[in-house]
Amino acid sequence: MRSFKWLAPAIYIVFLLLPIYWLLNMSFKTTNEILGAFSLWPQDFTLANYRKIFTDSTWYGGYLNSLAYVAVNTVISVAAALPAAYAFSRYHFLGDKHLFFWLLTNRMAPPAVFALPFFQLYSALHLFDTHIAVALAHCLFNIPLAVWILEGFMSGVPKELDETAYVDGYSFPRFFVKIFIPTITAGIGVTAFFCFMFSWVELLLAKNLTSVAAKPIAATMTRTASTAGYELGLLAAAGVLTIVPGAFVIYFVRHYIAKGFSLGRV
Amino acid sequence: MAIELRGVAKTVGAQTHIHPTDLVLQQGVFNVLLGATLSGKTTLMRLMAGLDKPTAGRILFRGEDVTGVPVQKRNVSMVYQQFINYPNLSVFENIASPLRVVGTPGSEIEGRVAEVAALLGLTPMLGRRPAELSGGQQQRTALARALVKDSDLVLLDEPLANLDYKLREELREELPDLLEKKGATIVYATSEPQEALLLGGCTATLHEGRITQFGPTPEVYRGPKDLVSARVFSDPPLNVASAVRRGDTFALDDSVRWPATGPAAGLAEGRYTVGLRPHHITPSRPAGDALEVEARVLVAELSGSESIVHVRIGGHTWISQSHGIHPVAAGANEPMYLQTGRFFYFGEDGALLAP
Repeated sequence: MRSFKWLAPAIYIVFLLLPIYWLLNMSFKTTNEILGAFSLWPQDFTLANYRKIFTDSTWYGGYLNSLAYVAVNTVISVAAALPAAYAFSRYHFLGDKHLFFWLLTNRMAPPAVFALPFFQLYSALHLFDTHIAVALAHCLFNIPLAVWILEGFMSGVPKELDETAYVDGYSFPRFFVKIFIPTITAGIGVTAFFCFMFSWVELLLAKNLTSVAAKPIAATMTRTASTAGYELGLLAAAGVLTIVPGAFVIYFVRHYIAKGFSLGRV
Repeated sequence: MAIELRGVAKTVGAQTHIHPTDLVLQQGVFNVLLGATLSGKTTLMRLMAGLDKPTAGRILFRGEDVTGVPVQKRNVSMVYQQFINYPNLSVFENIASPLRVVGTPGSEIEGRVAEVAALLGLTPMLGRRPAELSGGQQQRTALARALVKDSDLVLLDEPLANLDYKLREELREELPDLLEKKGATIVYATSEPQEALLLGGCTATLHEGRITQFGPTPEVYRGPKDLVSARVFSDPPLNVASAVRRGDTFALDDSVRWPATGPAAGLAEGRYTVGLRPHHITPSRPAGDALEVEARVLVAELSGSESIVHVRIGGHTWISQSHGIHPVAAGANEPMYLQTGRFFYFGEDGALLAP
């Protein structure tokens, strides 16, 4: 009797990939074809949608803006979380457990709650519509996340490693940079990935704190629906390109993500 | 004198980890800290290294007060029970690390690392990462890192405890030679009395954060100062019971009596705690005087070269340790021979009274 063990996962994967395939399918169609007959693959294959995105600065500018604030945010989040996570993993201090839990609660409030205060603050400081404004706003949820993930990885490193380094003569900063950070590169990779992802997909704060100069791609995409009719093909192409950076980054940390999951921190 | 502790104590919160301790350890001698888990061996070593600060007391190194000096400036080496190496560095760089930190020239580093690696049989592994090594090789890498620099104080915290039997035997033989050549002060923590005896040198017995006795290892073994020290330095555990002297005999109970001769002759009448090492109770008649008693076998553990038998003698459960294989069935009644001349006699407070 033949085994059909592969059937269930196959169905699951097909269902997961169906919307992505449909997006890809649409991105190579003209808007007329999308609105016209139902077709499983492009009858009138076109790259015009992608060409438009890569040549029109309002489109590719959106990607550059998004990438800029996401990159800045990832760097700030990881840099700020490294020493914080080290403190949580190595030292006991008054209220350390409560503080650690409080960090997590920052992720529980919807970002919309903070949109108004951020808008007011940044306007007052003339930071409105800058990349750094969005990058800093996203730190609200990314730094706690980064601390949480990194603490898990750091606690997996025995305290004796630190002490061995001190015995060998390393000063703390030198040990931290030369020994400790290389030891937890996997954790830093996973953390950076998640910071990148959460900042990349966040729309509400990014949209409200920018107008023109730092407008994110997701905002550009919502606008397109109201120009000369619907440009569905163009939107689909933009959607595909929005998935690409995440897929690209996850490729580099694919081996480490599992470890993060097993630590229960991701 | 190399390292001296003067009234050193360590408390964490309300817990006392080390009671005020005075200890002088000599240079070029294997100093063993012997004690069970949680007896304070590691804490004491961390204080000596400078990883922890004592709550009270002073630590002197070659007459110089180093109490507040951080570990980086003390020129010490330390090896842990867990295999601790830098996972991101090759074995070569792991061993070279203490030399790199102080800016030793590259050519000298290569020479010294090669020398130590050859000594510990690590030469073929120098290019690998620690994770690619076996447990024994990982611990040898850690030992090599401790040996490569000319440290004044080498601290070894149960370095062989996590290794398999064969490797442990091998390294245990090599270690004293390797270390004594360096002329450093060596402190070696272990929970195994056998290991302390094999390593020689001096031994300090530790119990619940107190050093109960310190001296040359054979002396501490043969002449424990008190019951606690005798118990710490006995494996299998010391047989302890309460005995009464009346007239010229000691009696454990009605069945077990022996004459008060030799060192015990001078003890007054009354109640004593007596201790007898397991290898002084044997299933066959030993060469000297021995008291034959009827014993019921509870458990018999036979290993390759010795037999450990738990027996019930009168109202007490005692352990017998003997060379060779003596197959005895659990539940059987067997004669046992107590070498009554080997009894330790302790007073009410636990202090040794005789011999």
